[in-house]
Amino acid sequence: MSGPRHNDMRTPMRRVRGLGAAHSGTADFWHMRVTSAAGVLLTIALVVIVISLLGRSHAAVVQILGSPIVAVIMLLFIVNSIYHMWIGMQEIILDYVHEDKLKFLSLMANTFFCFAVGLASCFAILKLSFGV
Amino acid sequence: MAELEAGATGARRPRPISPHLQIYRPMLTMTMSIVHRITGAGLYFGMLLLAWWLIAAAAGPNAYANFEWFMGSLIGRLVLLGFTWALMHHLLGGIRHLVWDLGYGFQPAEREMLAVATIVGSIALTLLVWVIGYFAMGGLR
Repeated sequence: MSGPRHNDMRTPMRRVRGLGAAHSGTADFWHMRVTSAAGVLLTIALVVIVISLLGRSHAAVVQILGSPIVAVIMLLFIVNSIYHMWIGMQEIILDYVHEDKLKFLSLMANTFFCFAVGLASCFAILKLSFGV
Repeated sequence: MAELEAGATGARRPRPISPHLQIYRPMLTMTMSIVHRITGAGLYFGMLLLAWWLIAAAAGPNAYANFEWFMGSLIGRLVLLGFTWALMHHLLGGIRHLVWDLGYGFQPAEREMLAVATIVGSIALTLLVWVIGYFAMGGLR
């Protein structure tokens, strides 16, 4: 058992400092609420857009996805969802992965995945819009 | 004091730990909470499908034809059906959480009602979306 050592000059505060909460948990909580509220509206919009594009030719899909209003809604959906799922997966990892190396590797992989998928999707929309 | 005595003899007494999921009787509200997390994780990887769709559209007719071929296949349709249901379930589960955040729906009967509404609503919305989708395409094909 590692009780207080009497020859230790350090205070108990010094020993626990850096081992506690990061004090940023409420920001994640709030950002999750903001992105879920926005997500309700944006998901409905996405479903409407996808249904209206079902079975259409490539040329028609390109034209509609690239039109300003649809493109902006798609960009909002992508950015909002990616941020939402970034925090969400981080929460899952922190809940289940306790071994340090694996934990930080998973958190890093989560960030890489979200940035890659998000950027690729946004780039596609912008390319469709600007038609280069 | 008990810990000090155990320390004196050199034996380390195991710390008490709180019971985890398997100790509880499965309940609908608990299941819906777990499903909310699972659908969230599923949608996380489902975003790859959305990215593929958009990149294929931006890449050109050939890439788009490949995407359409996959989504038209039986496996593609099953994946899309699963994605639709996960999206609807996570959507309704999220609304349930927002209701709780506002301070409503904490009574036992209300919690049960919200859980039932989530699962029934998600299946109903999935069917509705697919029926409208097939109508938009001009029938089954």
